[in-house]
Amino acid sequence: MNKLLYRAIPFIIFFAMALLLWRGLNSDPTVLPSALINKPVPVFKVPRLDDSQAYFSHEDLSGEISLVNVWASWCLPCRDEHATLMSIARTTRIPIYGLNYKDNWQDARDWLNRYGDPYVSSGFDEDGRIAIDWGFYGVPETFLIDQAGIVRYKHAGILTPQIWRAQFLPLINEMTTA
Amino acid sequence: MKYLFTLLFYGLTINFVYAIPVDRYQFDDPQAQAEFYQLLKELRCLVCQNQDLSDSNASLAEDLRQEVYALIQQGYSKAEVLRYVTDRYGDFILFKPPLQVSTYALWFTPFALLLLATGLLLYRIKRRTILLDN
Repeated sequence: MNKLLYRAIPFIIFFAMALLLWRGLNSDPTVLPSALINKPVPVFKVPRLDDSQAYFSHEDLSGEISLVNVWASWCLPCRDEHATLMSIARTTRIPIYGLNYKDNWQDARDWLNRYGDPYVSSGFDEDGRIAIDWGFYGVPETFLIDQAGIVRYKHAGILTPQIWRAQFLPLINEMTTA
Repeated sequence: MKYLFTLLFYGLTINFVYAIPVDRYQFDDPQAQAEFYQLLKELRCLVCQNQDLSDSNASLAEDLRQEVYALIQQGYSKAEVLRYVTDRYGDFILFKPPLQVSTYALWFTPFALLLLATGLLLYRIKRRTILLDN
């Protein structure tokens, strides 16, 4: 019996490694978890798209649960998630703030006029400096922020109803019932 | 002929080339300049994730180069710059994963496996030698 076990060791090691590597194959290495999770939102202040005299800042993000969505008029995937954002804006009371990334003022406003504006307001981050503070690396990205202004979740990529249901809603429920 | 071939081989493979023109970023302090270029080599481009910041043409890489330059000019040390970027992007932006408890397995497993395999090999050889002597 001992001899059999001894000979089985390579197979055991093989299967253990195969399992580990299989799991690795199924995870997407390009997706970065946010370094901001459970930390307060970065301090920032940008002019607003709808009113260039007014500002969107980190202060707007405390007091209630909110979403921050990084978008741009030149970003094609942003159009894909637009319907989802409009639906969230219509059916929930969670404010969505936009962060317009490296865009042209007029193009951004035209885009909103054309496709609809799900945002309470959009900040205009022309050189992308503010997005760096958010650990942003590709449009679109959506951040979930709780009532205390702490970043709770980040989704990189198109926001779909499935992801909204599976990742965002559970956290939101947790925040509202706590 | 062999000498020529060797020369060609090394000439083509060994290079210390930076994809950005060296004059682009001005420095008064050569130490700061050295640190800047070291940092660019140590930080990952998050868009083209196998390239470092000195090679990548991605727009985000350009922004981060600018950012690192600004920080160095403001007097940030190398460690402080690394801290700054990992605060925003996490450890993944570093090409060398930091040595901490959660990464011990990553750093030491290759050596551990090598040691194990060598040990096993020696053991087998020793046993076989004993058997043969009998």
